[in-house]
Amino acid sequence: MAETSVRNFNINFGPQHPAAHGVLRLVLELDGEVVDRVDPHIGLLHRGTEKLIEAKTYLQAIPYFDRLDYCAPMNQEHAFALAAERLLGIDVPKRGQLIRVLYCEIGRIMSHILNVTTQAMDVGALTPPLWGFVEREKLMVFYERASGSRMHAAYFRPGGVHQDLPQKLVEDIGKWIDPFLKSIDDLDALLTGNRIFKQRNVDIGTVSLADAWAWGFSGVMVRGSGAPWDLRKSQPYECYSEMDFDIPIGKNGDCFDRYLVRMEEMRQSAKIMRQCVDLLLGKESTGPVSNLDGKVVPPKRQAMKRSMEALIHHFKLYTEGYRVPAGEVYAAVEAPKGEFGVYLVSDGSNKPYRCKLRAPGFAHLQAMDFLCRGHMLADVTAVLGSLDIVFGEVDR
Amino acid sequence: MTASLSELSTYLGEKLIGRVNDAVIAYGELTVHVEPRDLVEVMTFLRDDARCQFISIIDVCGADYPSRAKRFDVVYHLLSPKQNVRIRVKVQADEETMVPSITGVYPGADWFERETYDLYGVLFSGHPDLRRLLTDYGFEGHPLRKDFPLTGFVEVRYDDEAKRVIYEPVELKQEFRNFDFLSPWEGTDYVLPGDEKAKTN
Repeated sequence: MAETSVRNFNINFGPQHPAAHGVLRLVLELDGEVVDRVDPHIGLLHRGTEKLIEAKTYLQAIPYFDRLDYCAPMNQEHAFALAAERLLGIDVPKRGQLIRVLYCEIGRIMSHILNVTTQAMDVGALTPPLWGFVEREKLMVFYERASGSRMHAAYFRPGGVHQDLPQKLVEDIGKWIDPFLKSIDDLDALLTGNRIFKQRNVDIGTVSLADAWAWGFSGVMVRGSGAPWDLRKSQPYECYSEMDFDIPIGKNGDCFDRYLVRMEEMRQSAKIMRQCVDLLLGKESTGPVSNLDGKVVPPKRQAMKRSMEALIHHFKLYTEGYRVPAGEVYAAVEAPKGEFGVYLVSDGSNKPYRCKLRAPGFAHLQAMDFLCRGHMLADVTAVLGSLDIVFGEVDR
Repeated sequence: MTASLSELSTYLGEKLIGRVNDAVIAYGELTVHVEPRDLVEVMTFLRDDARCQFISIIDVCGADYPSRAKRFDVVYHLLSPKQNVRIRVKVQADEETMVPSITGVYPGADWFERETYDLYGVLFSGHPDLRRLLTDYGFEGHPLRKDFPLTGFVEVRYDDEAKRVIYEPVELKQEFRNFDFLSPWEGTDYVLPGDEKAKTN
């Protein structure tokens, strides 16, 4: 048989591809239909967030965090608030902690619904996103009712949260939980046993636990590979240590296990939300939602009408801001996508000297070459879908 | 927590004698300073030693302190899921010093080092593919250095005549105003419009 020269085929995947989850450009080297090499090009959404934060006061830095992982904005703010609080040495009152936990779990469900359903869309199903977005929209309304904005909340501030929740809102969140569990069951019935969904996801993008750690994975990516590791349990912050919830883990570390972990995490989040709602309506129905240190947390509008001191502090805190003692901390939260960390260096002035954002998606995306090598071209979208990439946080 | 950190700190001091310059515990976090030449050895020890087991690389980033002789810090954050401890390793570098790459120890350090190179210009020796990562194709300069202006040097727009996106020097419609709220009695150091002659007479 005559020898024919076969050459590899290079294709450009994205940055305008719907399965690229934003603005990812993948340069794929294909041998027939088998992927030989993946070279992700990122940075198409780079906005220089870290540089901008260095030029803003601590309070002005918060809105930038909403624009990182825009599927779960408040979880990012949370990491920054924790870092600033640790440097300032202030704590958050119990009611403020409960509101934070409640909204973090809302964010987690929002992100997981988006990921699970679009992962289904990446492998060819259209119904799941249509069903999932109904619930997601209701959650965004809860965001709006608390902060005034559906996405860019700027609600978690160093010291606590910006405003107290109206009682009606907490009751409505409580009423939302049971119908949501029902719709998760519907989604489960639609996807988990689905033959096509399984064919596209089982044994695709398998990661061993040792590899997952060495590549810097976190969150669902290590839990899917079998590590019972969740910062809410292992390094608890706020009042997570008092909450009753379980950490689901996978066995095989493939795309399907990661999907199952996310589904179960949503149910566990609903369980945490239930406990928060009960406490917010019962034992913790009154009380401050943010620290009472007037040198960090601005006064309420009511106080400003009557107190000169409050007016002065309001003006100073919104112009000069507060000074944060010199030092450096690394604060991490279990964001829906993995460990989101903020490495904050303060030089004692009113602006952060350095604020490094450690995005989970960044570490996950760099392993694309490792994950996809030897897979088929069609599996690239399945792997990408299960990595849960959002470009706001990858490119920063 | 702090007790176990100081135990770990003394343990590292004994095991890595002469390689760990300085170990500080602040805000409940352990920071160790290492010389660039010892970095790979220290990282391998931290990963493999039974009492450390820092098997997860969390983050690598740079920080710029222009007043120092060696202006850059390269900061590594590691996590030990078994011991449930974090550690921070710091290396000092300047524009010329080569910091050895730790991609051989942690494959996950790859992009983090590329990012540090891109944003600060810290050079990593032995990195398999030290290209720019986050900035534009053909970008010049290292934007997170303190002497790089916030507004940058170039801006892009679509040019109707050339039928493509073109680069031009940045032109601000309004001067970038850097309010210095920290010294309220000295005022700001820019000239208010219409106030140019206030100090001349």
